[in-house]
Amino acid sequence: MELLYFGSKGWGDELLTAFLMTIAVSITAMFIGILFSIIFTPLKLSKNKILNFISNFYTTVIRGVPELLVIYLLFFGGSGAVMFVASMFGYNEYIEINAFITGSFAIGIISGAYSTEVFRGAIQSIDRGQFEACKALGFKKIIYFFKVIIPQMLRLAIPNLSNVWQITLKDTSLISVTGLVEIMRQSYIAAGSTRDPLFFYSFAALLYLILTFVSMKILNKLENKYSRGF
Amino acid sequence: MDLDLMINSFPKLLSATVTTLRLLSLSLVFGLIIGLIFAVMRLSKNRLVNNFSYGFSYVFRGTPLLVQIFIIYFGLGQIEYLRSTILWTILKEPYWCAIIAFSLNTGAYTSEILRSAFQTIKPGFIEAGKSLGISSKIIFYKIQIPIAIKQSLPAYGNEIILMLKGTSLASTVTLMDLTGVAKYIISTTFKPVEVFIVAGGIYLFLTFIIHNFIKLAEKKMGTN
Repeated sequence: MELLYFGSKGWGDELLTAFLMTIAVSITAMFIGILFSIIFTPLKLSKNKILNFISNFYTTVIRGVPELLVIYLLFFGGSGAVMFVASMFGYNEYIEINAFITGSFAIGIISGAYSTEVFRGAIQSIDRGQFEACKALGFKKIIYFFKVIIPQMLRLAIPNLSNVWQITLKDTSLISVTGLVEIMRQSYIAAGSTRDPLFFYSFAALLYLILTFVSMKILNKLENKYSRGF
Repeated sequence: MDLDLMINSFPKLLSATVTTLRLLSLSLVFGLIIGLIFAVMRLSKNRLVNNFSYGFSYVFRGTPLLVQIFIIYFGLGQIEYLRSTILWTILKEPYWCAIIAFSLNTGAYTSEILRSAFQTIKPGFIEAGKSLGISSKIIFYKIQIPIAIKQSLPAYGNEIILMLKGTSLASTVTLMDLTGVAKYIISTTFKPVEVFIVAGGIYLFLTFIIHNFIKLAEKKMGTN
């Protein structure tokens, strides 16, 4: 237990910071993912073949390729891509991207592909009659979308979205390869310097279990809230 | 776009695919056995057996695969006692450590898939078997298992694809699988996009084959 002391003696405070870092990355990534799915879900449902193809390409590629490969692509290619864009605006200096941004972006892209599928499924399983009723009542498109479709969609999407959250949470362990100090990276550092990998990795596993357990409890509450009346 | 690099790296990546496929197939075989054992335990009426199986699948589904590999590869070697047993010949190899971690992980997910498949079998089928005087062993092997397999095929197909992606983590314990070789080429040439296209293409191709294979199996078995 001495290994978990706070201060310079143990790894308690470092692990706590890493724990918070994992939460921060997961939330940022989930948020980026939802932004992506807000862009790609309408494309997926659109009648335009080209738009359809773009979003199908995105979800198929990201869901069919290992997360680690996507992370390596962004880790090694991210700053190059940003510098390329910057050079078009006449900025030619070296730009280094923060590991937090690369990491949450990589996990966000992955989580976005899963959320897009969730939202698509949810919208498609809303009864057609709901859309027709709105049109028959002459609602404006914006109103019927926000007042009729979205609330119903959320009820159907939240159980699956909480699965996406669990996947995202566990995927954040992979960005330890980029050097971002989250739970996995910190355990790796601690295990290396104390030569006690069994303890630190088991402790990391425990931290992840706590995270998944607590978030499941919270999400179940949310699920109940949104399925009131059903 | 560096076409030469893409063409040159293709054979290297393709030979690494063999490692990936070997890891995948071995873990799936062991995982299926583990999953079946834990699914049956989960259905048992003994509280202790039941809870043990629930705990196993909860822990393995609630923690990242990376942690599981690291515990097995880096962690278990620390136990002095293990080093003296015959198990050590297996546990010192990163290859087998990866397979153990993958098998346990996919076993946990498979056990959940099979459990829900067993639970959705209509009790009428089992009762019909009983009333015909068929022994419960035969009911299990000839009625429950075939129906469960049929019902769990779509979910199991997803699990195979997830596991294919999971094998990429073998590269973190020094194994040169498809992702490992891809990372090596990226870090020596600094051409991430080209390598990503080739390696990603191979993964997508494998996913495509698995997907269609499962679809074919579903059709053959006449699901629905």
